[in-house]
Amino acid sequence: MKVELTVNGKDVTADVEDRTLLVHFLRDVADLTATNVGCDTTSCGACTVLLDGESVKSCTVLAAQADGRAVTTLEGLADDGEMHPVQRAFHEEHGLQCGYCTPGMVMAIVSLLKENPSPSEAEVRRGLEGNICRCTGYHNIVKAALAAAASSDMGASQ
Amino acid sequence: MIPPSFTYARATSVDEALALAAEHGEDAKFLAGGQSLLPLMKLRFAAPSMLIDLGRVTELSYVRDEGTYVAIGALTRHHDVVHAEVLAADIPLLAAAAETVGDPQIRHRGTIGGSAAHADAAADLPATLLALDATFVVKGPDGTRSVPAAEFFKGIFETALEPGELLTEIQVPKPASPAAWSYQKFNKRAIDFAIVGVAVQGAGRHARVALVNMASTPLRATAVETALADGASVADAAQLAAEGTHAGSDIHASKAYREHLARVLTRRALEEAAARA
Repeated sequence: MKVELTVNGKDVTADVEDRTLLVHFLRDVADLTATNVGCDTTSCGACTVLLDGESVKSCTVLAAQADGRAVTTLEGLADDGEMHPVQRAFHEEHGLQCGYCTPGMVMAIVSLLKENPSPSEAEVRRGLEGNICRCTGYHNIVKAALAAAASSDMGASQ
Repeated sequence: MIPPSFTYARATSVDEALALAAEHGEDAKFLAGGQSLLPLMKLRFAAPSMLIDLGRVTELSYVRDEGTYVAIGALTRHHDVVHAEVLAADIPLLAAAAETVGDPQIRHRGTIGGSAAHADAAADLPATLLALDATFVVKGPDGTRSVPAAEFFKGIFETALEPGELLTEIQVPKPASPAAWSYQKFNKRAIDFAIVGVAVQGAGRHARVALVNMASTPLRATAVETALADGASVADAAQLAAEGTHAGSDIHASKAYREHLARVLTRRALEEAAARA
């Protein structure tokens, strides 16, 4: 079937199998490979992207379900080469080790901060329940989320 | 993992969804948020030949105050149930239980009707709706009917829904003491299903108790409720929580451990509901 998405502000249209998952559409059709496939069972959150501004696990959404809607991936966060506040916070707080979970973590935090711009540490940890880091690097990831929330330019972007 | 091949169809209204279901028969399955169905399909536990996507049937996404009850459209997402003001005020148990479903990403997609129709005995909302004496409104080719929660959950992943019928609305009566609630969920990791869960609405002689993952369907703890109605203490009544259950043994817990958890969590839930009342 024909699927037409707005990905990071650009139209991406393709004829794909009905069963195509959003994550495969993003990686294989739109050629945006920041979004990782981790567990493939709706558990780990590595494939988290924004669908109309809200975090979803793109391994558990059909491309067809997203047809006509707006998807944001990690590649779409930076503004004219300038890192998004959450990206910058990950950089400054060293919020990653191997980096595999990072795109999903960043997108989950962008969605979380949109819903709750000043979360407590406990709210950040609860908000990241759907994202697993196997390096056990949660401490700095949570620090990065709190630092991004505290940065004054958070409200201006996203 | 990729789901087995199917034909995708999209409905934009209830009537269109019912017409598609009538046309394509039992091999067609409704797709709500897909957070249960798509994982099952990837594992080949389900292989419908057609999916009828209900994602654009916006007429079924609402939370409405109807005076004595709250009407919730079947396609209302968990995220919206969690944040519905009328539920926070009048049925906080339902909002709290919905907030324990999966994780934020799953709650952005999954729907209350999808969870009820999927009827996983280990899921949070079926047992919660049972404790709340909800009514399920079902639309089919022969019209609309209402099914009380006690008759809705029939067996493993089986409900009173007939082929071609669509769950359209869930009506939840406002409890007399909304603040007297508790939802106890015991699991090992944050996003896991409950090993055992207990939903309680009400306190004292009028408490209603439902169990998660203690049988092939969500279950009312009838022995506990009867003992409480007869004036038993919370501690004594909670000892009866495993009566009439049929818990399974699996990698997560033995049957005996589940029965133990049911007794402990029922006591905690009854105590918490009474303290909040």
